[in-house]
Amino acid sequence: MHSARENIKNQQIEIRLLLEAVSLKYGYDFKNYSFAHLKRRLEKRMNLSDMNNFSQMQHRLIYDESFFNLLLLDLSINVTEMFRDPWVYKKIRGTVIPVLKTYPYIKIWHAGCSTGQEVYSMAILLEEEGMKKRAQLYATDFNELILSKAKDGIYPMDVMREYINNYQKSGGKKDFSDYYAADYSHAVIKCSLRDKILFSSHNLVTDGVFGEMNLIFCRNVLIYFNKDLQNRVLKLFHDSLCPGGFLCLGTKESIKFSELSDAFEIVCDQEKIYRKRR
Amino acid sequence: MAVSKHSYEAVVVGVSAGGLAALAEILPRLDKNMTLPVMIVQHQSNDSDDFLVRYFDRLCRHSVKEAEDKMPVESGTIYFAPVNYHLLVEPDKTLSLSTDARVNYSRPSIDVLFESAADTYTDRIIGIILTGANTDGTTGAARIKKLGGLIIVQDPETAEAEAMPMSVIRHVQVDHILPLNRIGDFVNSLN
Repeated sequence: MHSARENIKNQQIEIRLLLEAVSLKYGYDFKNYSFAHLKRRLEKRMNLSDMNNFSQMQHRLIYDESFFNLLLLDLSINVTEMFRDPWVYKKIRGTVIPVLKTYPYIKIWHAGCSTGQEVYSMAILLEEEGMKKRAQLYATDFNELILSKAKDGIYPMDVMREYINNYQKSGGKKDFSDYYAADYSHAVIKCSLRDKILFSSHNLVTDGVFGEMNLIFCRNVLIYFNKDLQNRVLKLFHDSLCPGGFLCLGTKESIKFSELSDAFEIVCDQEKIYRKRR
Repeated sequence: MAVSKHSYEAVVVGVSAGGLAALAEILPRLDKNMTLPVMIVQHQSNDSDDFLVRYFDRLCRHSVKEAEDKMPVESGTIYFAPVNYHLLVEPDKTLSLSTDARVNYSRPSIDVLFESAADTYTDRIIGIILTGANTDGTTGAARIKKLGGLIIVQDPETAEAEAMPMSVIRHVQVDHILPLNRIGDFVNSLN
């Protein structure tokens, strides 16, 4: 079965070359994404597009920008909810918010905000805690198309119904429907919530620090990166936080296996809330 | 049963409905000296906690862990995919998680684990498909076979739900179809 192993190695070479081509042509660098995950998504696109191998796909990517845009969507993180893992928001409310209340003004960054559900959840939470007026939220993603969806804040009604459940479990204090206007099929997030959020394009792989934050939310983004890139991005977060600033990762993500594990203290182990050491 | 001289590096297991009892029949039987890491996808409802991990950690001789992102795969350790995350094996033999869309209505999906493990271990992997009422795992088992690995399927007659093992038997050239109570010892013999 030497040929099988050889084949896998050849495929890895083809994928590396394809990523290099994408980086040269379009400036997006996926070379340090988790390989197994990347290969899965590339394979899926390859099969959908009736191609036989990654070299063929590379050629198409170079010459056909619309095809690249399809792939860019494939490689974006597209699974998110409002008040996802409600118990995490409950903990934020109980543990992080009381500390943030001691500051006259706070900045919060949602890195890799995808279609915006989590940043709107945070805006709601801040409003209920009476902190919205003295907070600025930043929401960034590398994909402009997804970012514009986030900015619109329009979600199908059937998923909104699922979010209501999350909202209540998260310790929500009001009627969830106060936060959006709805017709039969869609809900639009209230303007007063959207006004507090600055949406902008930012690529965690290639862009740097853009402000001193009190809290950074980056949930289920790092799992798509390899260890090197995770280290780099955690360093970026560390540099972007004020002393004592908070970092909230996805519930199955951890700084444990990273180089930055000593630079943060653990605030809540289960909820993956960390604090930059002073 | 003839034991192959082939050396293996890892075991992956896919199981769905009826899994708790099936795994309880296999995992505690694994030999103390068994050095192969075992990675398991057990379909569960989204609100499950880490009960499975705690339960089997008590029951087994081997250390049982919930898979964490970027965790190195260690010998003689049993890993469960966390609820609501896909589990993948990276080429450098570390674990990674993803929240990608469901595959075969499942997250974690057996296919996702099996396909990535097949790519990483090629002919040095053992894939085991146990009881279940869907067809997740068939595509992954096919990839393992294609790359030269070994596929063991629970005899559907001994399965609480036969659809999952049946589907693999129908679509994949499986190596062994074994009754539930013989799978543990057989894996020991391959170590």
